[in-house]
Amino acid sequence: MKKALPLLTLCFALLLSSFMFRPLADGYQVGDKAADFKLKNIDGKMVSLADNKEAKGYIVVFTCNTCPYAKAYENRIIQLNQKYAPQGYPVVAINPNDPAVAPGDSFEAMKTKKYAFPYLIDETQQVAKAYGATRTPHLYVLKRQGDDFVVSYIGAIDDNSEDAKMVKTKYVENAMTEIMAGKPASTNSTKAIGCTIKWKRA
Amino acid sequence: MISVKTVLLGCGLLLATPGFGQQVAVIKFPELQQRLARATDTTYVINFWATWCGPCVKELPNFEQVRSANANKKVKVLLVSLDYASQLDKKVKPFVKQRGLKSEVVLLNEPDPNSWLEKVDPKWSGSLPFTLILNNKTKKRATFEQELSKAELTAALQKFL
Repeated sequence: MKKALPLLTLCFALLLSSFMFRPLADGYQVGDKAADFKLKNIDGKMVSLADNKEAKGYIVVFTCNTCPYAKAYENRIIQLNQKYAPQGYPVVAINPNDPAVAPGDSFEAMKTKKYAFPYLIDETQQVAKAYGATRTPHLYVLKRQGDDFVVSYIGAIDDNSEDAKMVKTKYVENAMTEIMAGKPASTNSTKAIGCTIKWKRA
Repeated sequence: MISVKTVLLGCGLLLATPGFGQQVAVIKFPELQQRLARATDTTYVINFWATWCGPCVKELPNFEQVRSANANKKVKVLLVSLDYASQLDKKVKPFVKQRGLKSEVVLLNEPDPNSWLEKVDPKWSGSLPFTLILNNKTKKRATFEQELSKAELTAALQKFL
């Protein structure tokens, strides 16, 4: 019993720390398995991660029509798809905003976008909550491991939202280079300014 | 006898007064960090906002009201605009003037939020508005990554006073 006590204390401390070091807002951390979803695309079809058997992973980005930061990054998101879809990592864009709060983010308004990648509506906001997305744009790189998709990068696209030409560090592209080479991203989590997700009013 | 002209000029000056004194200083992060670290018993209410951010603009009057309601206490409201510096004259200054903001407004000119967000507070994920209330003497801090109603803001500040 005397020997077991330190061990028990250690177990208890580990158990406690696993709760303490989680951020207050729940959501995925790098290394977590992302649950699949089934969301409606602007073409009316339902989209899941499992649909695309060829995908080595995905660049999932929570974005919207209305946020000035999302608008500033729209072209860069399109370019990410152009660059990484042929390499097996297509973009999947998800709009989590409640159109009752942000009318410019209605399904009808979303349909005005003509992207080469899915632009999905997260009507129940459950996917944004599961991911722990807090803002638009908020980006997650998923890497396939068998039938699972493992969160491999969370955060910003780059270090200059105002002007793509002034960018010094392309955070997500740096991470993609390492992830595609089978290595963990050395900077796997970054922060950016963005608009709050327009959650449904309780 | 006072001429009509003088009266008009006087009125004009009176009306213009709120516009005076409200400058928008453009600062870099180390300056902000210094201000946040100042050893003082004043409670700081720091609100990060932007003219383009709807919920921010909506809650700004609450900060103005809290400032005037606590004018006789050691409370300082600092509004940190995260608009781009290129928008200072086009957007920020006209906005501050039009709204008649009396709280101090600064514009934080730092392009890479990943380099400083964490240092403001590790809990801040980066969405706006974000409010930090702190008192360095009592070492108390509270953070809110959400829009605050007047009642919520007043209640949050009350815990520091």
